[in-house]
Amino acid sequence: MALDNAKSNGFKFVGTRPDRPDGVDKVTGRAKFGADMTAPGMLHGAILRSPHAHARINKIDTSAAEAMKGVKAVVTRKDFATDVHFESGLNGETWNVLENVMAGEKVLYDGHALAAVAATSALIARDAIKLVRVDYDLLDHVTDVDKAMEKDAPVIREGAADKSVPDGFHPNVVRYHESGHGDVDEGFSKADLVIEDSFKTEATHQGYIEPHACLGSLGNDGKGDLWCTTQGHWYAQKMCAALLNLETSQLRVTASEIGGGFGGKTTVFIEPVALALSRKANKPVKIVMSRSEVFRSTGPTSSTSMDVKIGMKKDGTITAASGVFRLQGGAFPGAPAEFTAMCAFAPYALENVRQIGYDVMANRPKQAAYRAPGSPMAAFAVESVIDDLCKALGLDPIEVRLKNASHKGTKASFGPRFEDIGLIETLEAAKAHDHYSTPLKDGQGRGISCGFWFNHGGETAVSLALSEDGTAQISVGTPDIGGSRASMALMAAEELGIPYEHIRCTIADTATLGYNEISHGSRVTYASGLATIKAAKDVVHKLCKRAAQKWDIPEDAVKWEDGCAVPSGANAGDFDPLPLHKITANMGATGGPIVGHFEATPEGAGVSFATHIVDAEVDHATGKTKIVRYTVVQDAGKAIHPTYVEGQYQGGAAQGIGWALNEEYIYGDDGRLQNAGFLDYRIPLASDLPMIDTVIVEVANPGHPYGVRGVGETSICPPLAAIANAVSAAAGIRMKQLPMSPPRIVAALKSLKDG
Amino acid sequence: MNNIHVRTKVNGDEVDFLCDPRETLLDCLRDKLHLTGSKEGCGTGDCGACSVVLEGRLVCACLVLGVEVEGQTVDTVEGIAQGQDLHPLQEKFIKYAALQCGICTPGILMATKNLLERNPNPTETEVRYWLAGNLCRCTGYDKIIRAIMDTAADMREAG
Amino acid sequence: MKYHSPDSFHAAAEISANAPGSTRFLAGGTDVLVQLRSDIFTPDNLIDIKNIEGAKAINRSANGDWNIGAAVSGAEMNENEELKSEWPGIVEAVDLIGSTQIQGRATLVGNLCNGSPAADTVPALIAADASVAVQSPNGERIMKVADVPRSPGKTNFQKGDVVKNVIVPAKKNKSSDAYLRFIPRTEMDIAVVGCGVWLQLSADGFIVSARISLGAVAPTVFKVDSAADILIGKQLDDDTLHKLAATASAACNPITDRRGTVEYRTHIAGVLAERTAKIAYQRAGV
Repeated sequence: MALDNAKSNGFKFVGTRPDRPDGVDKVTGRAKFGADMTAPGMLHGAILRSPHAHARINKIDTSAAEAMKGVKAVVTRKDFATDVHFESGLNGETWNVLENVMAGEKVLYDGHALAAVAATSALIARDAIKLVRVDYDLLDHVTDVDKAMEKDAPVIREGAADKSVPDGFHPNVVRYHESGHGDVDEGFSKADLVIEDSFKTEATHQGYIEPHACLGSLGNDGKGDLWCTTQGHWYAQKMCAALLNLETSQLRVTASEIGGGFGGKTTVFIEPVALALSRKANKPVKIVMSRSEVFRSTGPTSSTSMDVKIGMKKDGTITAASGVFRLQGGAFPGAPAEFTAMCAFAPYALENVRQIGYDVMANRPKQAAYRAPGSPMAAFAVESVIDDLCKALGLDPIEVRLKNASHKGTKASFGPRFEDIGLIETLEAAKAHDHYSTPLKDGQGRGISCGFWFNHGGETAVSLALSEDGTAQISVGTPDIGGSRASMALMAAEELGIPYEHIRCTIADTATLGYNEISHGSRVTYASGLATIKAAKDVVHKLCKRAAQKWDIPEDAVKWEDGCAVPSGANAGDFDPLPLHKITANMGATGGPIVGHFEATPEGAGVSFATHIVDAEVDHATGKTKIVRYTVVQDAGKAIHPTYVEGQYQGGAAQGIGWALNEEYIYGDDGRLQNAGFLDYRIPLASDLPMIDTVIVEVANPGHPYGVRGVGETSICPPLAAIANAVSAAAGIRMKQLPMSPPRIVAALKSLKDG
Repeated sequence: MNNIHVRTKVNGDEVDFLCDPRETLLDCLRDKLHLTGSKEGCGTGDCGACSVVLEGRLVCACLVLGVEVEGQTVDTVEGIAQGQDLHPLQEKFIKYAALQCGICTPGILMATKNLLERNPNPTETEVRYWLAGNLCRCTGYDKIIRAIMDTAADMREAG
Repeated sequence: MKYHSPDSFHAAAEISANAPGSTRFLAGGTDVLVQLRSDIFTPDNLIDIKNIEGAKAINRSANGDWNIGAAVSGAEMNENEELKSEWPGIVEAVDLIGSTQIQGRATLVGNLCNGSPAADTVPALIAADASVAVQSPNGERIMKVADVPRSPGKTNFQKGDVVKNVIVPAKKNKSSDAYLRFIPRTEMDIAVVGCGVWLQLSADGFIVSARISLGAVAPTVFKVDSAADILIGKQLDDDTLHKLAATASAACNPITDRRGTVEYRTHIAGVLAERTAKIAYQRAGV
């Protein structure tokens, strides 16, 4: 066996742009998404949700609903596991999920589920749920992060704070993070200019177009099947089993095609409810969320309140940086305050840096991951201050970032030393890009920003089986959200040396593979890719062995080249190359099926950086912003399928544009969500956006055989800041709150005029 | 139950179904005719994932009642390809990676096909505004627009 | 919910007047179905008027007035080049409602009957001095569009009334209209403020007659005579435009909601009055 572990050039398939394997299914309407599955005898479920932000539940009367014709089951919290216990912080995450799936003693936010029915039609289920009577005692509520930390704020849940929280904080502060190095006070004293400012961002929703949907079937024997749209079906299996008191292996979960997730489909909402209803009715139950339910009860990201202080010398050297990041994550612990804090200053090589994060609870839905959770907000605050420093000191924003950029060997703001990273390369590419040197028109402003995300590895299992005709089938466990099956097939083709078209990649169900962590952390192309490569190498090893047997030479005298077993050298013997299909043709007789597999928790994900350039135009009379040009420069490590890498860059930028300009959760004084629909949530439309240019930088990740880094999340880290810098330049005033909606811009311009 | 019998023509085929007057055309296509290519992203006409063509007019199937299509013709994404031949738009969408998750794709294809039948030579701006009611959260629209412009050019050339 | 599909407006009016429980008319359905699906309102009787003869027709009376049937969709209006050239503001207002898909269904009459203070076509119709022909079980009458809105979501129609068509007067010499609205995105949103302007000019370009109407800045769409008066006898010089903006803003009585604040809406009303008047003036001069 003579196999290189790492490969950096000479790729035959990797880096090409073939059609995706599921393309035809998706352009013909054949692909089956969450809501597209049916089962014989299927019932339809509907969920009752709280209209109140915070209330004690005195009584739930389901008798009228149960009596309605066509209703087959009604469930409330008592129909779920009773042995899941409350613990502080994230130690009690299973209880937190249960409490979120079905309220116990209190409803904690507008949209909190508290009962569900299953009936013979979706209309009957919807009608029946209106007959469930709930007696509430209303409680005071709080939805704003700063207000939730104030002394007299209503307490969401006593005892939710874990040990990390210092004494003296409100019980709504449930987790605390502090990190950094050096002496920031001394650093600030060496600066020629120190700017300190405060920023706020509103919660945004992942906004996937496919609402949550599932079809569950569970018998009183404890055996069940679940079909659902999810980023992680093993997690769904584990969590549903825990919430329903089942043995994990008795529940088989199949992931449907997924209509977008962006982090929002990394947990369970309706899945345990469908199974509970199914168990009670002894029939399959389908639940599909309405769009309003999606907004009120799933997602969103955290809202934030942040203070950032940075000191700079006249030459652009940053002498010190500090930040305080308060994240509101809904009525449960889990706001990614530590990620926000750790990402904040990661792009810069700093001698003195300190960051603090607070995880704060409020009467809002439990936050869910959203594309690089926590990082975009940090970049907004930090890169806005850097922009102001550059302006005040008359420095070029890219030069200043280059001067301070993290590189290989830098001690990161959050602790470890960076390995090979591509920040400087993205900045150099941005500087050299035609966009950066094109003159602006009147009324336009240009902004740039860097962004950082960790990326993730995680538990991964892949299996690769050969067929007699010499084709291959890969089973992976990470749902394909944006074309990953194409990437897997490309990597397998590279190793096996057979055409891309001869490989089919399938997302296996939970009964077919070992545990796979969720498709999150930009881990799929990295981790499932690495596992696919290793599984293919395993297959190649077995193929070489069969050839060795046939030729009657030692195993290590055979190597694999261009899809064929060949003698490894002149001494090995003189045999014609033996192609893969000739080995598989009679594999039954030469030792049985040839299957490769790989299971591990790879940890070399490789962090990633991006630099974005954006031009914006602001109508000073109305405060309306138009994005006129946008360029994404990002390090992909190695782009397996460059078209889909570009797609990730463009998608992240577009979501960032929405977040920066218009998207926000708007709560009324009554604590109810005012804009639970696409009409008033305002995600970007085709007519809102320009083309989004992309530059793929490739600085190989040493933790992956081909150098891959995840690309999905980093693309949303710089946009908020880059757009804020562009809009602030165009408006002539620093915008410190997101979204920079027209009323906020007009108000800021008025305050400037009024002095 | 006061279900109503509705006879209609879907993708050229005469079909009929029974529906409650509250059920939408989208409910009927998906649940009664098992044409699940049209997707429900919002149910309120804001996302366009359920776009179908009713009597030649692009509409959201979620904003049409099943009972309204009595005697009318409905075209859905399932009818775009002719036999095994994909429509040029379908081919270009795959080639350009104009879809990531694919949930908005049926609606966008229906809307775009309808546009090109009316205007074979649209500008980029016209395409973007025509598609303003078709939300895509994955792509930032860039590759969708490029795929459409290229298809339109090809189709004009092919006459 | 019972579905009715009457074959005459009189029959529709009879059902509306006599059917037990609540009733709603269905034309384009872009409001009714949203309310149904969102569990905001489900009527006991849904009366589909699309199959009534003439409901989908656009035609002209002998005196040149336009009659736009109650079930005519926005797209159908937009495809009528003659209507578009005489009343570009009305057609633009229709065209701004929702997406291409919504345009295939949404109607002028539905927009009016929905009673929203933010309805796009209502300011344009009021500026055009349009009327509606209303059928009731007892007969038919004509009502000014300006008299239709009562309060948010409510109109001055009576039980049993059904609108047959909108009547837009024939275009007068050297006159034109325009409609602008402000929304945060480029499409799809509900108007934060809407403004309709109609102007008639003298041969030498002075404004001799004007109507201005504002939407989304008060409980109903309303006509702003004080702003129109400012324009009479004027050309659109800067001073006149500033006064126009200030007067339009002063006439506002908006609320703060998820779409805008009191301050913002008041400010934008002035900006739009200015911008809309400029377009109408330019068109009227041609």
